[in-house]
Amino acid sequence: MLMQQLVNGLTLGAVYTLLALSYSLVMGILGILNLAIAELFMIGGFIGFTLIDAGYPLPVAVLGGMTGAALIAIIVEKIGYQPLRDAPLVTPMLSTLGFSIILQNIATNIWGSDPLQLPIFGEQFEIGPVRIGEMQLIVLGATVVLVALTAYIVQKTPMGRALRAVAENRDVARILGVSADRLMMMAFILSGALAGVAGVLIALHYGAITPYLGVEIGLKAIAVMVIGGTTRIWGALVAGPLIGIAEVLTVAYGGSQIRDFVVYGFMILILLLRPQGLLGGARSDQGQRV
Amino acid sequence: MSTYYASLLAESGVLLLGALSVYIILATGQLSLGNGAFMGIGAYLSSWLTVTMNVPLTLALVISAIVAGVMGAIVAFPALRLKGIYLAMATVGFGEMVRSFFLNFDTMGGSGGFRGMQHIGVGYIWLWAGGILIAVMLLERSRVWLEMQAVHDDETAAGLIGLNTVVTKIGAFAAGAAVAAISGGLFAHHNVYIEPANFGFERSVEFVLAVILGGSTVAPGSLVGSLLLIFLPEFLRPIADWRLAAFGSLLVLVLLVRRQGILDRSLIRTLTFRRAAA
Repeated sequence: MLMQQLVNGLTLGAVYTLLALSYSLVMGILGILNLAIAELFMIGGFIGFTLIDAGYPLPVAVLGGMTGAALIAIIVEKIGYQPLRDAPLVTPMLSTLGFSIILQNIATNIWGSDPLQLPIFGEQFEIGPVRIGEMQLIVLGATVVLVALTAYIVQKTPMGRALRAVAENRDVARILGVSADRLMMMAFILSGALAGVAGVLIALHYGAITPYLGVEIGLKAIAVMVIGGTTRIWGALVAGPLIGIAEVLTVAYGGSQIRDFVVYGFMILILLLRPQGLLGGARSDQGQRV
Repeated sequence: MSTYYASLLAESGVLLLGALSVYIILATGQLSLGNGAFMGIGAYLSSWLTVTMNVPLTLALVISAIVAGVMGAIVAFPALRLKGIYLAMATVGFGEMVRSFFLNFDTMGGSGGFRGMQHIGVGYIWLWAGGILIAVMLLERSRVWLEMQAVHDDETAAGLIGLNTVVTKIGAFAAGAAVAAISGGLFAHHNVYIEPANFGFERSVEFVLAVILGGSTVAPGSLVGSLLLIFLPEFLRPIADWRLAAFGSLLVLVLLVRRQGILDRSLIRTLTFRRAAA
């Protein structure tokens, strides 16, 4: 029973990891909270869901959700962030909030507010006492691959190096010849793509989707990002599985209603006691963001 | 006046109070995305007082406002350590925690909601909404407001010239929470039914939306914003399904071209035919 819960928690945690990584790519590099990510995640889920429903194979659905969310992220960046990047950090956050309202409304009008259902994707395997679905394995596998890919892009490529330079100090990076504009766009695209994939994966894992998915799961990923540490994007790798398992265990042993209480409570504790997050470094390199 | 328009007017009164609660906190440079929670506390507490304890409504509202104000101060204490986006995220978390608390609060119906309140009319709501709006406008002419503005503009400088920034910030949170609680109490007694979902993230966002659209530098801006949010959909009937998208776009547009919102000090001067101060 406990093993089963751990497996389920890990699956949910994998999706949280992707989403938290998506938030912290923008947060860690540009210092702004892109609230539209929650809805990019939802829209990505709907696109993937529709493609599967129309009979396309899974990779096409994942790619579709990823591209769709990344394209919308470009629009959000061009209109909602680019013109406001010199404003106080709260202003671009509010404009991404505007986009999230728009996206939720669009999804409600296209797909309706009732949950859409699909049969649970793939087969179920029994390994000893644990039952694991094919889709769960896909979710875990895809997460590992995507995290590795993101790690490679951020750590090894010239673009990743430039991104980290902009994160360190935008003005100095510009003086050194890094095109900050192009990189901000790249950060938004990467983060949008990750959110889109996470949406497709969770929608197929649950076999159901509603336009409120973003508010229910997407917002909670902000808590996951904070718990992991907002300025270190790798915090998500620890915090995602941690929160996923904590949440599933709370549901199993404490009732489904108190799980949000636990997750957000944990986030506030972290914000107050260790604002740099579980994996954050010394407080001295926090800069003025906290 | 038809009952339909009366109920729209009542809704905008409730929203005006919610918007003012955000406005007061924002005046010290703190953005709260969790005021729906204080509204919920006010709604539940005042309903419990009137239905179970038979307390008269006005007294119940005052008690709820005081309790919520104290809670606001308690929340503000730890929040002093946080600024900007981090504060906003913490208030989102606080809001979701309170909503999830009421979902589990079986004494008052849990997820099933709570009912049994006496219905109140639009007049009573606007007595409160108008009264508090005027109170905030009077506050804007006081020394306290200047101190709040100083904290808003530069907290370090405000501290250096000897202002007590801690008291100012906590006081703003407490006052905002109290106003939100009154908004909640009026909402509960107008709708005569409340459930935890009424006081979630969307509600907090609606308050912020009303302030930012209407005008975030003057109190009457909240009035413009809340009337706009409630009545604009009436003129947009053909695109009723898209009204939220319209508000979202309006929010982005306002942030891009007129960051202080529709109403600001110079527009008020123009409208009242007063000459601009030299």
